[in-house]
Amino acid sequence: MSDAITTKRSRRQSRGPYGRLGSALNELDDRVGVAKGGRSFLDKIFPDHWSFMLGEIALYSFVVVLITGVFLTLYYVPSQAIVTYHGSYLPLDGTSMTAAYASTVNLSFAVRAGLLMRQMHHWSADIFIGAIVVHMARVFFTGAFRKPRELNWTIGVTLLTLAIVNGFLGYSLPDDLVSGTGIRIAYSIILSVPLVGTYLAFFVFGGNFPGTAVIPRFFILHVLIVPALIVGLVGAHLFLLVRQKHTQFPGEGRSEHNVVGSPMFPVFMAKTTGFMLIVAGVTALLGAFAQINPIWQFGPYEAARISYAVQPDWYMAFLDGALRIFPSWSFHSFGYTIPFEVTIPAVVFPGLLFGLAYAWPAIERRVTHDDAAHNLLDRPSSRPKRTAAGVAVLAMLSMLFIASSTDVIANFFHVSLNTVLWTMRILVLVSPFIAYPIGYFVAKEIHATRGGGRRKTVNVVQRTASGEYVATPAPAYGDDVASELEPTPVPTFITPPETAPPTDPGTRTVDR
Amino acid sequence: MSQLSEHRTPVSIQGLAADDPHLAPAARNPRLVERVIAVNFVVGLALVIGFGACYWVNAAPWTLGATMGGGLFFLGVGLVAWGKYLMPRGPFVEERHPLASNPVERDAFAAAIVERGGGVVKRRKVLGGLLGGGLGAFGIVALFPLLRSLGPLPKGTLFHTDWRSGTYAVDQTGRRVSVGELAIGSIMTVFPEGLQNTDRGQAVDQTVLIRISNENFVTQKGRETWAPKGYLAYSKLCTHLGCPVGLYEQQLQLLVCPCHQSMFNATNGAIPEFGPAPRPLPQLPLYIDAEGYVRAQSDYHEPVGPGFWERS
Repeated sequence: MSDAITTKRSRRQSRGPYGRLGSALNELDDRVGVAKGGRSFLDKIFPDHWSFMLGEIALYSFVVVLITGVFLTLYYVPSQAIVTYHGSYLPLDGTSMTAAYASTVNLSFAVRAGLLMRQMHHWSADIFIGAIVVHMARVFFTGAFRKPRELNWTIGVTLLTLAIVNGFLGYSLPDDLVSGTGIRIAYSIILSVPLVGTYLAFFVFGGNFPGTAVIPRFFILHVLIVPALIVGLVGAHLFLLVRQKHTQFPGEGRSEHNVVGSPMFPVFMAKTTGFMLIVAGVTALLGAFAQINPIWQFGPYEAARISYAVQPDWYMAFLDGALRIFPSWSFHSFGYTIPFEVTIPAVVFPGLLFGLAYAWPAIERRVTHDDAAHNLLDRPSSRPKRTAAGVAVLAMLSMLFIASSTDVIANFFHVSLNTVLWTMRILVLVSPFIAYPIGYFVAKEIHATRGGGRRKTVNVVQRTASGEYVATPAPAYGDDVASELEPTPVPTFITPPETAPPTDPGTRTVDR
Repeated sequence: MSQLSEHRTPVSIQGLAADDPHLAPAARNPRLVERVIAVNFVVGLALVIGFGACYWVNAAPWTLGATMGGGLFFLGVGLVAWGKYLMPRGPFVEERHPLASNPVERDAFAAAIVERGGGVVKRRKVLGGLLGGGLGAFGIVALFPLLRSLGPLPKGTLFHTDWRSGTYAVDQTGRRVSVGELAIGSIMTVFPEGLQNTDRGQAVDQTVLIRISNENFVTQKGRETWAPKGYLAYSKLCTHLGCPVGLYEQQLQLLVCPCHQSMFNATNGAIPEFGPAPRPLPQLPLYIDAEGYVRAQSDYHEPVGPGFWERS
């Protein structure tokens, strides 16, 4: 008995002060060498600002998309074979449809939690793309894309493109009447590409529309190829973020050479894990209470049928709007046709838009001649021209978004479609020119305001015994003391830190 | 105030004493916060168990989402509050280390690539060229099976439909359409007989048959015989993006595409009156045979559907 106690105690002593976990870590370090890097990873500092959560929303909704998507692949059948439906949804009983559509109806009604998973999948995909856009706007307006982070901006724009593409592919998979019409439009857009359009369309679809290959091909792109690219690029995005460290807003104790905030472990880890649970929870609540894409109401796709008010998911709406309002300018010459009415709004315009996004860091650098590395963020108001440019682009995209529902607007407000069409044409063209000066002057005004961006101090109003009212400023609480929100002058040039003494790379000193 | 701002000075987390104020929780009243977090965790746990129960008894889908979503939400709120109020309040600071290497390392790196590597290649230009040529040729050759096997070449398929001289027009069930069954001012969708349930019949050959009153009908040049007894047939594929032109505005006799609101004048050669469609809907020449069936004189005289490069 006493022997056993001695043994236990001696074993405990041999483990050192950090117990069983500590000795396990030692064993791991002996083999892999994790202590040094692991320690500095746990100590990594994350700046606290609400706008840094936007990227986290994107990341965590992507996690929800992946998990719910894996569930769906267990029941979805990627096949265009014609089957006759005899499932639990009686209004469609006896209808002939593709196996893809039938399996989507089945997994919605016959698989336990299937409908919830499908709705969560769709919601989280929409939130994923939305969060990317808002995150991108944050990065743009605060100048976080500047040197040394241009590469990460490029990766981010690519991620947005892939997310939109995969959203469209996934939206098409149920093969219902609405999504089938979307595929038909996508086919026609590919067909409109000059010179190679017909070949491209035939290769993508395996022949003339509808072909036999579109559902299986879209499926493998949607569940394997594009997600693999997204996962890889998200990994690269996060790796660069850790390597280059976060940007931060200027404030007390903050400089170009440090990062101020909370450590990875345990503070940031707790907050971000909690936030992931909140994102997943909100998605599940949306899946439970907010119906999305009720494909059983649309019916299976038949090429000769169509329904009223055909609209894509929100992230494709700007393209649909552009297609609606562009004039019917078909170009014919030398026996060839370029369908400008399709090519310009659906191929050239998105190409220019994303090209502009890719090129923006280079464009801004050329204009400002600013070659320095920046780790402190701009406040949007301190860069009025950039802010105004961003506002102008967003204004135009918003108008195109609205233009994707011209027919619904005309019906709702009882105005003629012609009026709505011409209003939207004018608004799309004019809105950037209205938005730019507004953005510019509002930014200038905010920047010039004393104490602008700072939280207002609270005044406590008290009534004295004699009935007199006295207002006294309340003591500042918590974060208010830190002047995080106060605009501090952004240094225009960064003095380089002391360089390390040069070492001779030809010789290596090795211990031992 | 001064004491507070002293605490707000960022310090490095490494080597802090255990009683350093930066390691104190951010909450003024940690006991209270602890209780609030506990309530969140208890509610979250109860809802997660409720999710299991709802799943077990196969309750309605919304109960599954409500319990799971609520459970995750409360657990998440509790955990965020734990991190925000009960963990070291900081702020902590970390130095940034310059990303760039020192000039000597940079030169050595560039030298290794340019001199050691580049020198070898420069001396053996022919070998390098041969290897590059081989791999480049493989890349181009490999594109053929990758791309070319994906689908057939378009050839003439976009220029023709399956309507031929004498083809019967049938409805979706395959019944032949005869004269007199369509009321004046109404429309129906027809297909070439035998193809009404095929992908190609549905997607390419779909045709809208209209019976029009003769009074305001404008006969197009060269199409005088195409619309016997007021029966007119147009391709149902919108010339904008190929959606079915599925709506018919009876009063104005306009065919309307619900996708992007192109409108075609049915009484005047289906010319586009509104919207982004650039061309009229192609017209199918019809005749009515001795038994009164509606049949095609020939195929369409131009490609149906949206525009493409090879279309003249």
